[in-house]
Parts: sequence; structure tokens; C-alpha cells
Amino acid sequence: MPIIAALLCGLIFGWGLLISGMMQPAKVLGFLDIFGAWDPSLAVVMTAALAVSVPGFALAKRRGRPILGTQSAWPTRTDIDQPLVIGSVLFGVGWGLVGLCPGPALENLATLSPRVIGFVAAMAAGMVLHDAWQKRSPPIRDERTLAAAADG
Amino acid sequence: MANFTPISAAIGGGLIGLSAVLLMLLTGRIAGISGIFGGCLSFGTTDKAWRVAFLAGLILAPLTAGAIGYAVPSPQMPSSWIVVIAAGLLVGFGTRLGGGCTSGHGICGIARLSARSITATVIFMVAAIVVVALTHHVFAG
Repeated sequence: MPIIAALLCGLIFGWGLLISGMMQPAKVLGFLDIFGAWDPSLAVVMTAALAVSVPGFALAKRRGRPILGTQSAWPTRTDIDQPLVIGSVLFGVGWGLVGLCPGPALENLATLSPRVIGFVAAMAAGMVLHDAWQKRSPPIRDERTLAAAADG
Repeated sequence: MANFTPISAAIGGGLIGLSAVLLMLLTGRIAGISGIFGGCLSFGTTDKAWRVAFLAGLILAPLTAGAIGYAVPSPQMPSSWIVVIAAGLLVGFGTRLGGGCTSGHGICGIARLSARSITATVIFMVAAIVVVALTHHVFAG
């Protein structure tokens, strides 16, 4: 059952990205281009998503355990540390170069665009590279890897 | 603002929020795409099945939309392969180091009112805006 639920949630997420136009890198770049022909659509997408997720998450938190599981994996970290800042800068630079973040990048695999496939392969390589680099670092990093993964 | 599409943006955004809420209510998981995908790639992850299922749904979405006559536009990508690969590496490494992306920090994190996620979202938005300003206006070829 949880597998079917996850599949359904992935479908809904994908329909949301598709309908909102956020599958298109050009549309995302239009939002990021505040000095050009600015397109505020992405801000509306985020606002609408939050209008649903803020009360929805409050409800889920009050409920406690998930309907199809035993434990909810709420992120536990609250600190603002260097990896968070540097990681977010690196991600932002990559996002601004192409206009693809992980969700739309993976969804665009359905179009079989060779450049999207290349982007996703590089993204996967970047993730594996990060995890390998964390493993080689001092033990404190291990704890960080686990916790960082819990953000989302 | 000729390209502004507030109605479809609001409907699509609502669906993204609904997906995040349903995933949490039903399975207790955060709908952060970089985390879900990263977990699929990591050898240490034992809960791969739901991750693969979610990503399968995400990739199937445009195909199901195509089946009911909804046009799926082909993505406009940079002509340079170097830019494509460099950006992919930065997005992959950066989202893992920073612990999340537009969905995990931007939607789920802000919905939890997490200062950590709000900080991350402001940083990656500003970084992306600066890069677009530089590539589209300052060094525009």
C-alpha cells in the first residue's frame, strides 16, 4: 500500500509541475530573470503549494503516525551551518545555468531529450560524488550525512 | 509580464502541495525530490521501494497527460553540453550538501516553518537570480 501511495503522490507532483509550466526550463528562467521580461508564475506556484502544505503539514503533525506506516520521518535539524549555505549556493548556480531543479529534471526524462538525460546523469554523478566525499571525511560527517538527507 | 500564467500556476502549485501533504499523511515521508533520488543512488539506503515508486509516478505523469491530450512541451536546454553537465553536477552535489532542493526546502521545509529551509531557499533563489542576471544581461552573447 505505501508503494502505491508513493506512486500516486509522484503522479500528482508531476501533474502539478506539468500544469504549472514548471517542467519547462524557459519558464523557470523567466522567473529568475528579474532584470528581463520577468514572469512571476513560479512565485504563484510556491504560494499555492504552501497554501495547501502549511495546513496539511500541521494536520499531519497533529495526527502523529502516518496512515500507512508506523513512524513519520520529520526532519529534525534546525541549525544553519556551512554545508547548508555552500550547498544551497552551488545548487542555485546550477539551477540558474539551465533552469532545471531535480523534480522537473527527472520528470523531463519522459521527453527523452538527450540533454535532459545528460543533465540527470551529471546530477546523479554529483550526488554520488558528494556521498563518496562525505565518507572520506572525519566521522562527524557521517552524522551530518544522515541528518542532511532528512531535510528532503 | 507577458508570460505570466497565474491560474495554471496556482492549480499546479496546489497539486504539488497536495502531493507533499498526502505523502506525509499516508507514508510519513517528506516530498523532497533530491532526497528521494539521492536515497535511490546510495548503497546504504534500505527503503528504496517507495522512492522508486514516487519517481516512477513523477516520470509517468507527462505520459498520462499526453494520453488525455495534454501537450507536453519539449524542454529548451542550453546548446552547450559543457553547461548542461556542469549545471547537473552542481545541482546534484549542491542539493546533497545543502540537504534539499526546491521541493524539500522550498515547499516542505517552509511549510514546516523551518528557519533552516527558509535560509536555504533564500540562498539558492538569490544565487540562481545572480547567475541568470550575469548570463542573460552582463555576459549575454
